Amino acid sequence: MRFLPGLLALLMVACGGDRSEVEEPSAPRLPQPVELELDDQGRPLPSVLADEQVIHRGNGEEPQTLDPHLAEGVPSANILRDLFEGLTTTAPDGRIVPGAAAHWDISRDGLVYTFYLRPEGRWSNGEPVTAEDFVWSWRRVVDPASGAAYGRMLAPVVNAGEIFAGRLPAEELGVTALSPTSFQVRLNDPTPYFLGLLTHPTTYPVHRASLEAYGSAHVRPGNLVSNGAFRLLDWQVRSRIELEKNPHYRAADSVIAERVVLYPFEDENTEFNRFRAGDLHWTYQVPNNQFRWLQRNMTEALVVAPWFGTYFFSFNLNRPPFRDNLPLRQALNLAIDREILTEKVTRFGEIPTYHLIPPGLPDYESPIPEHADWTQDERQAEALRLYRQAGYSEDEPLTVELRYNTSENHRKIAVAVAAMWKDVLGVRTRLINEEFRVFLQNRAQGRVTEVFRAGWIGDYQDAFTFLELFHSEHGRNDAGYDNPRFDRLLEQIAGERIPSRRRNLMAEAERILLADQVVLPVYVYVSKRLVDPRLRGWDNNIMDYHLSQHMYLLRERDPASPLQVTDEN
Amino acid sequence: MLKYSLKRLLSAVPTLFLLITFAFFLIRIAPGGPFDSERALPPEIEANLEAKYHLDEALPLQYLRYMWQIAQLDFGPSFHYLDWTVNDLIAQGAPVSFALGGLALLLALAIGVPIGAWAALRQNRVADYTVMSIAMIGISIPNFVMAPLLILLFAITLGWLPAGGWAFTPSRMALPVVTLALPMIAYIARITRGAMIEVLRSSFIRTARAKGMPEKTILFQHALKPALLPVISYLGPAAAAILTGSVVVERIFTIPGIGSYFVQGALNRDYTLVMGVVILYGVLIILFNFLVDLVYAWLDPRIRYDEQEA
Repeated sequence: MRFLPGLLALLMVACGGDRSEVEEPSAPRLPQPVELELDDQGRPLPSVLADEQVIHRGNGEEPQTLDPHLAEGVPSANILRDLFEGLTTTAPDGRIVPGAAAHWDISRDGLVYTFYLRPEGRWSNGEPVTAEDFVWSWRRVVDPASGAAYGRMLAPVVNAGEIFAGRLPAEELGVTALSPTSFQVRLNDPTPYFLGLLTHPTTYPVHRASLEAYGSAHVRPGNLVSNGAFRLLDWQVRSRIELEKNPHYRAADSVIAERVVLYPFEDENTEFNRFRAGDLHWTYQVPNNQFRWLQRNMTEALVVAPWFGTYFFSFNLNRPPFRDNLPLRQALNLAIDREILTEKVTRFGEIPTYHLIPPGLPDYESPIPEHADWTQDERQAEALRLYRQAGYSEDEPLTVELRYNTSENHRKIAVAVAAMWKDVLGVRTRLINEEFRVFLQNRAQGRVTEVFRAGWIGDYQDAFTFLELFHSEHGRNDAGYDNPRFDRLLEQIAGERIPSRRRNLMAEAERILLADQVVLPVYVYVSKRLVDPRLRGWDNNIMDYHLSQHMYLLRERDPASPLQVTDEN
Repeated sequence: MLKYSLKRLLSAVPTLFLLITFAFFLIRIAPGGPFDSERALPPEIEANLEAKYHLDEALPLQYLRYMWQIAQLDFGPSFHYLDWTVNDLIAQGAPVSFALGGLALLLALAIGVPIGAWAALRQNRVADYTVMSIAMIGISIPNFVMAPLLILLFAITLGWLPAGGWAFTPSRMALPVVTLALPMIAYIARITRGAMIEVLRSSFIRTARAKGMPEKTILFQHALKPALLPVISYLGPAAAAILTGSVVVERIFTIPGIGSYFVQGALNRDYTLVMGVVILYGVLIILFNFLVDLVYAWLDPRIRYDEQEA
């Protein structure tokens, strides 16, 4: 029986979570890096680099596919950005920089882009990357037969829409190989964010010969030919994906990492344990319930940064009680206290927001609604007034269904929101959680939904990626928003090539959307992860793109002489 | 015996057929489809995808097509893991699950049976109560509690073993095997103890004792075999379950077995993958129950299937 007390003690420790102040396992001692020293080109000196440059990254769920044209979801995009390279790529801070194309010309009307490919660009088998490769690849993306999940990314290109719809053959796409190294794209409308789209995996080139030889098996290790900084070495489904440096990559000399190993995780706690055990340099996420512990014990590893996404709720505008009931929607929006939601519920530094489009875009400012500057008391008083105006009162309270997909985080937020509505207005909320695909289907059909959880991470670095969701004909317009004025604005934005006018049009569109109270914005997402202090070469950016080709590992500081930092110049 | 075996195997065919049919239609009842995602697909692309996987055909036609496919042992492409077929995924995952499950099973037998027998010999004494209380705890602590505890202790605090990840090496396999085996050890110990106590009271043991046979011979040659019968009948379904992997253990230790496919496959509406693992599980259950019956006959001379029939 001596075994028992020990086990119980362990149990108590394990179940303590962040509410217990009892002795928890002490903070892991993370390896400390030596001081970073750079050469005159801004690259780390070889003397500070670790001998073994193998980066271990946690990478969310198992990728659905490594075919860049069929892939969707962040985990596969992360791997594809290492394996392939688009015409443009991103610097560590997220800036768009030349990739497979060394430079480009844009015609005066903004409709014709001519890309000049790097002559030294190579596939991982040594063959040159040509303009013809891009032509063939882009035709494949828009061909409905390929089933490219993100084919819409190429929608700005001439004829793309007609080809999607099957009314034109893929050969009619507005792309031409002018020469082996110049690739021309013709657009329907000037699309200021077009260069940003070209960092998306859907626009990457694929190797035609391997695809024709292996069919859908072209992405398996041994078959996959790619043009990025790394090539695929091994893929054990649901276990690991291993990449090695591609010696043929056009800038292979600047890539320091020799190998990158990406691990899929189905459980964030498992990933967290692997990081604590020293198996990972980089995690995909952190366990939500470990927030305090992480803040106390792993400050040097915890990285939280704003992300290009918004968590919001959406109203079904085609069913009662929200159809034609603007005051009611406004009342519910004003009644919630976003500060409490982010500080007490989500707690990872999420940013409370009153508008839809996340901050941080270089060329866009959201119109801030007036109530954003009020005190919470003022908002609540106004909420109550609007609630009464909408025909409800304490005696005749609103009964509403709040729907979300099953997840601990969504549940906590929904419970808090329901409590705020109850407190301020006396609303009776029924919480309904549904398995993800059931939820998506119900949202899309709009026959049972009233208020539902929504959220969006931008696909490209432009406000339009949020606004277009609310076009009356957009496939994800689950609110059923149908405002001709808003639709017209979107079309104007698409055709506008003067940046300042376009910016104003977008702000006007967002203002209308907020005034119509289609959504109830809650907070701006943050990316949150643990990073080994020795791993450098990355930077926070709102798109959360982190290419392994920029990363490197610093040598570990000799633990015997931790104060060997002498050169304090 | 041969006739019996053939009969049993033949009767497995309609059982499997019913299983496949039920599973096929049940999963289609679930709302949502494999290509639903937060990023809405353009309708043309969705139609093309559905045509590619024959999801646009009438359900009975799809059913016939599927039955024809599996008759050739082709489980089709996975709807979620687009680069792999269900055969690929099972071929990659099954060895992992079989190795883990098999080792856990052996470990459980190697520890559970001796402990149970030992407790039976010391019935109602301190040793018996101790062993059985621990076994009770072993049964009651679910593996999603046990696994993190083991990781905390052996991987993070002591640093002796990896916190997860998979390879066919003793260090990577130790914790998951132990996690899987612990509740089984407890079950087997309890079953063995109960059966052993009963056998030790039976008349043939009394006769043996009266003859003056050495206690050791009585135990190992006479008592143990019949005492194992209930353990064997527990092992049939238990083996099928443990060999097809455990969702929880796979999640916590990041093991690429096939257990998660039962859950992930269903959540992703990966129809073919779910069918694949369900059929595999069905086949294993049928197979192990058959093996159990064969072992019965071998362990207990009173059981003779063919003669009973005659």
